[in-house]
Amino acid sequence: MDDLYREVIIERYKNPAYRGTLEPADISFEDENPLCGDHIRVDLRVDESGIIKEAAFSGHGCAISQASADLLLESIIGKSIEEIKHMGKEDVLDLLGIELGPVRLKCALLPLKVLKAGAYGLGEASDDLVE
Amino acid sequence: MADNSMGSFSEDKIRAEFPIMKREVKPGIPLVYLDSAATSQKPQSVIDAMNDYYELHNANIHRGVHTLAEEATAMYENAREKIARFIGAEKASDLVYTRNTTESINLVAFTWGRKFLKKDDLVILSEMEHHSNLVPWQMLAEKSGIRLEFIRVTDDGLLDLDVYAKLLNEKPKLVSVTQFSNVLGTINPIKQIAKLAHEAGALILVDGAQSVPHMPVSVKDLDIDFLAFSAHKMLGPTGIGALWAREELLKAMPPFLGGGDMIKKVYLRSFTANDIPHKFEAGTPSIAEAIGFGAAVDYLNKVGMDAVADHEKAMTTYAVEKLQQIPGLHLLGPAADKRGGVTAFELDGVHPHDVAQILDGDGIAVRAGHHCAMPLHDRYNLPATTRASYYLYNTTKEIDQLVESLYKVKKVFGV
Repeated sequence: MDDLYREVIIERYKNPAYRGTLEPADISFEDENPLCGDHIRVDLRVDESGIIKEAAFSGHGCAISQASADLLLESIIGKSIEEIKHMGKEDVLDLLGIELGPVRLKCALLPLKVLKAGAYGLGEASDDLVE
Repeated sequence: MADNSMGSFSEDKIRAEFPIMKREVKPGIPLVYLDSAATSQKPQSVIDAMNDYYELHNANIHRGVHTLAEEATAMYENAREKIARFIGAEKASDLVYTRNTTESINLVAFTWGRKFLKKDDLVILSEMEHHSNLVPWQMLAEKSGIRLEFIRVTDDGLLDLDVYAKLLNEKPKLVSVTQFSNVLGTINPIKQIAKLAHEAGALILVDGAQSVPHMPVSVKDLDIDFLAFSAHKMLGPTGIGALWAREELLKAMPPFLGGGDMIKKVYLRSFTANDIPHKFEAGTPSIAEAIGFGAAVDYLNKVGMDAVADHEKAMTTYAVEKLQQIPGLHLLGPAADKRGGVTAFELDGVHPHDVAQILDGDGIAVRAGHHCAMPLHDRYNLPATTRASYYLYNTTKEIDQLVESLYKVKKVFGV
């Protein structure tokens, strides 16, 4: 399982490029994984045509969830909110470049879950968003 | 307690009796199981006892008059006798089978609690409780308006008995605390806590989920009123646990779930409840599991609970010493002489999930998370910890492997 901890994941965990908060933000959403207490908040700034210009995440969690958040936010700059709604599990796994069992998959997908719930303007994040 | 003690404690001999100890997690990587506080492994004798029931005696209990039904009933009740004796109870009829510790505590809250606790009555819990000894009382508080107060936990992981003394002045009806914290490893002075509770006019419930498997526990010696514990943490199967309570309490408590076996007579619009303990055991129970529970008690008696406790004391002392030498590792809980075989810690710069994942790569099974004790983690401002726990089959060599693997974690994360 040591291959989970590829250099890119450790590097992103220790030196994330998108860690922080945006205030004010156009879209802001947070949620946690009740199993482990990992907590992620995502803030987005979007232009008039719905294109994401800035993104930041905050909270705490394991290397997988934090690296996933950092890589995910990097990948959505310049994308539209509509495109976010169509993102799925595979997009995150491609970014991370690893395979995950069912427990750790939840860590990896938490940032996407939070992001999509924000994009849809939902009251709460659901696992259905990342199926 | 042991009838035919093994005499000297032999790790090799014990390990040979647990089939799973031969398991390789991946080819060439043997299992190092340090998660017994979550659930214990099972010796061959427990597995055999359950198979024997299914292969030769399978029948429903307390119902048929045929040979198999008689045999199954005798095996089920014989196990109850063994388990009752194991915790120093005088009568097997004071021991109720449940699914687990959680259900045992819920049973008390739902039956005794709903009947005898009124609005504003005080129940004292502690900050180190497992969710199973918090949520049932929170649910009762919502329903009946009882008041909950908590014995504070000190920075070094002990119950603050000064706080307890103050709370006792408020005339509590019940004190419900763990004997052995599943996170801190703290062994609480239950005998003293029980004496003080009784002097204040309160009853005492003890969560024995971690203590009954790991040390000699006698309800008579402790002078307590309720004891809840689970088979699966003491070498037995999942799906079976027990609630022991003083006879007069069980008799005064209303039934828990309704159905077959818990009744004497049923009419279309009413029923009369069965005698204790059957009054609390509605429906066909976990028969094979009860028999397995009895076999687990036989096994522990054969080794001897003093020997089990001594072995774990040695393991814990060794583990605490070794873990404390790791730079950046912070151990929760009290000094080694006040704790049992549980060591939870945080490692600077590495999330517990990542610690556990890398240890798993070396075949080492530990638990990462809040261990069903979120308020306790809040108390120490920690979202989660990594926990290694020990039982009679663990060795100091395994602790060395744990330590070595933790250095590997530090290397991977560059901390």
